[in-house]
Amino acid sequence: MEVTSPVREVLVTGNKTYHDVSHDICRHVEAKPNPKWMAAMALSLGALFVGGYALAITLWDGIGMWGLNKTVGWAWDITNFVWWVGIGHAGTLISAVLLLFRQKWRTSINRAAEAMTIFAVICALLFPLIHTGRPWLSFYWFVPIPNTWGSLWVNFHSPLLWDFFAISTYFTVSLVFWYIGLIPDFATIRDRATNKISKAIYGGLSFGWDGAAKTWQRYETVSLVLAGLATPLVLSVHTIVSMDFATSVIPGWHTTIFPPYFVAGAIFSGFAMVLTLMLVTRKVYNLEDYITINHIELMNIIIMITGSIVGVAYITELFMAWYSGVQYEQYAFLNRATGPYWWAYWSMMTCNVISPQLFWFKKIRTSLWATFILSIVVNIGMWFERFVIIVTSLHRDYLPSSWAMFSPTIYDMGIYLFSFGLFFTLFFSFAKFFPVINMAEVKAVLKSSSGEIENKK
Amino acid sequence: MAEEKFEFTSKAKKTLSILAIVGIVLFGLGTYFASTADHSEEGGHAEEMHDGAIMSDGNDGAHVTEDADQDHFEGAEHTEAGHGGEHAGNPSWLKRIYANLWINNMYFVGLALLGVFFVAIQYVTQAGWSAALIRIPMSFGNWLPIGLILTLAIFFFGGHDIFHWTHDYLYDVNDPEYDSIIAGKQGYLNTPFFVARMVVYFVVWFLMFRWIRKKSLEEDLNGGESYFFKLRGISAGFIVFFAVTSSTSAWDWVLSIDTHWFSTMFGWYVFASWWVTALAAITLITVILKENGYLKIVNTGVLHDLGKFVFAFSIFWTYIWFSQFMLIYYSNIPEETVYFIERLSSDHYSIVFFVNLILNFFFPFLVFMPRDSKRHTVFLKIVTIIVLIGHWFDFYLMVTPGVMKENGGFGLLEIGMAIVFGVAFLFVALTGLSKYPLVAKNHPMIKEAEHHHVF
Repeated sequence: MEVTSPVREVLVTGNKTYHDVSHDICRHVEAKPNPKWMAAMALSLGALFVGGYALAITLWDGIGMWGLNKTVGWAWDITNFVWWVGIGHAGTLISAVLLLFRQKWRTSINRAAEAMTIFAVICALLFPLIHTGRPWLSFYWFVPIPNTWGSLWVNFHSPLLWDFFAISTYFTVSLVFWYIGLIPDFATIRDRATNKISKAIYGGLSFGWDGAAKTWQRYETVSLVLAGLATPLVLSVHTIVSMDFATSVIPGWHTTIFPPYFVAGAIFSGFAMVLTLMLVTRKVYNLEDYITINHIELMNIIIMITGSIVGVAYITELFMAWYSGVQYEQYAFLNRATGPYWWAYWSMMTCNVISPQLFWFKKIRTSLWATFILSIVVNIGMWFERFVIIVTSLHRDYLPSSWAMFSPTIYDMGIYLFSFGLFFTLFFSFAKFFPVINMAEVKAVLKSSSGEIENKK
Repeated sequence: MAEEKFEFTSKAKKTLSILAIVGIVLFGLGTYFASTADHSEEGGHAEEMHDGAIMSDGNDGAHVTEDADQDHFEGAEHTEAGHGGEHAGNPSWLKRIYANLWINNMYFVGLALLGVFFVAIQYVTQAGWSAALIRIPMSFGNWLPIGLILTLAIFFFGGHDIFHWTHDYLYDVNDPEYDSIIAGKQGYLNTPFFVARMVVYFVVWFLMFRWIRKKSLEEDLNGGESYFFKLRGISAGFIVFFAVTSSTSAWDWVLSIDTHWFSTMFGWYVFASWWVTALAAITLITVILKENGYLKIVNTGVLHDLGKFVFAFSIFWTYIWFSQFMLIYYSNIPEETVYFIERLSSDHYSIVFFVNLILNFFFPFLVFMPRDSKRHTVFLKIVTIIVLIGHWFDFYLMVTPGVMKENGGFGLLEIGMAIVFGVAFLFVALTGLSKYPLVAKNHPMIKEAEHHHVF
């Protein structure tokens, strides 16, 4: 017997039946694209093409088109990389870690969050690839292939190589996890399909799912195994990204707290991006009964907690820089807060540490507008965090004679725009052709956490 | 539901008392051996220390700064340098006692604090599975006032031996032992501020604990859902205070022992160690109570989940351990690597260093990997006892090298004192547990816990 305590909020409102769930979610896949969607898609493709110009020029002329100089050798490229990878954490966290913690509310948001994760990781991979300058050769630089050049191997000591392994493994597992979850839902669409073409396409995508008890049992087992695999992977990805910096001897980069603090920051920005996207999807697709205010409130609480963890880490870094007595560390942090990039530092502090504290007020964390605005503010803050870490630590290094400033060119900005174009093109395609909510899992929690309890109250 | 109450029987008290006596005897013997060993070695002692210092300097050759003596055991030179009056005055065996008092004190204060943290986190996350055993970690909090007294007393008597930074000469520019790095930390590391922080931490922790306990007991009498939401609010407040003070207290009480050294991860490292310790203790006590006929409501699914927690957070501890170690190892900055060189270059500490990893990672990881081992009380008992011992060694390794330099020992003294502390802690916690109902019967999640099922 499964019991649900009366103090728990209802997860699916509106007294939905199983049929309602299928209908509410499938109908968007089945309907013709509406003009709003067309407009959004056109905008995304526009960004993709405009940004694509900057990308093409960079590939043709080289990364000299960027604003980098001999002192600041990493700036927008790696900032964007870390930012996108961070965003790419929420999906797998929601589906794997929240699954292990038995947080049933994840069922309404996991599908879209996982899709977002995969698209964000694709955007992230773009940057290390381009920053090699000649991406067509990067196969030799990233992949440890047996070769005929004697001892010429990739540099196994380099965290950048660990990144390659961590992210490609994470991407593969996330993709498989996401796809396995989609299979029963594809079968539902297949079964409802009225024309032959969609029946054939969704039939193929569903791998001939038959819905037998044995099939469901295998599905559950695979999901649990993948959740177990994905959990350490979620932690490993941003841990290793943090090691790109923390293994160095650059003041402001070398600090032992980086691994868990980067992971917390990644969850923070990932949840914010999920909220930004879900608030829009919810509105456009009328999914208010599935993604309730309760869901939004819980996600806001996670943002508040991870934001505070990040805040504690900032203060720890600041304190330890002073406490260590190392003059370079002390200067690095003084320069962050009061140097020429003070505005980036204080934008970061305001957006990441102060703004999420507003979620302590119930009124704010249950307000859709406040949530939407804050979710964007958080991701602005997280972009600045990476910019602050990367650029302010590099631009004034050990040699004052080579101190320099970084200013981005339109090509830096253009490639960032390109990544947005790519991300939204992929996301809008997903939202149109795939079921945005995991119907099978929502149905699984329907009995224990929906109308029935609501009626009893 | 019939009210269940834990009875702290005279038989149990007798067993604990006998254990305490055994502990005291072992401690006495250990102290006797340590002090006689001290006397017989007195002649060669200074010589030995001197060698240690020279060897250390050799290793650090590349990195002799003007500011500081960066020999591995920074206190060693001060000992020889004429501050005999206040520094070298205490014989080695007495220092060893202070070091051990501090290790045990840190360990059990952490257990008490993280017990309260466990309760708070269950309310904040609206956990259902744990509702039936919430009173066990709650009883840990009763140790907090004793923890404050002990912390103050040990600091008052042994502070100079444990904390190098308490010596005034380090801050006097005219003194040959002036240490500009430590002087730079004076704004934070000074006795009045240190003691004030300590008192504030304990008082707030204790008051929050009492508040949580009071509301939880009122819920037993009156029922209703309002207590649950009230408790959620108080718990959130506790967690906010805890989030800051668990780090700052770790800096104060543990990090500052190795006064020159620093690591931003350290606060979370201590937290991870405390947290696994508390989870293991909660599991062990739950299992033992269950075996003695209590807590019928706690089913195998709940034990399974407790086992999962110990498993998962053992991995978390290792993650934090590895991140801190690897980043320092890889960057190879002498100011930071010195901490691990001290522990790895000593024949004595290097054993503890690896024992720490075996007991706290490999053992729980491998034994708790299969599903069934988390559902059988015998495995739960074995693993949690190993983990509890393992994290004691973790604290041993954090404290001893900084206090005892290369002269740290392990023997009857350590074992005896740990037993005495353990018995005292159990006495306080179990007395607390016997004063109120064992199961929070009006907890709104209690039915969920009762029917909790784990695949």
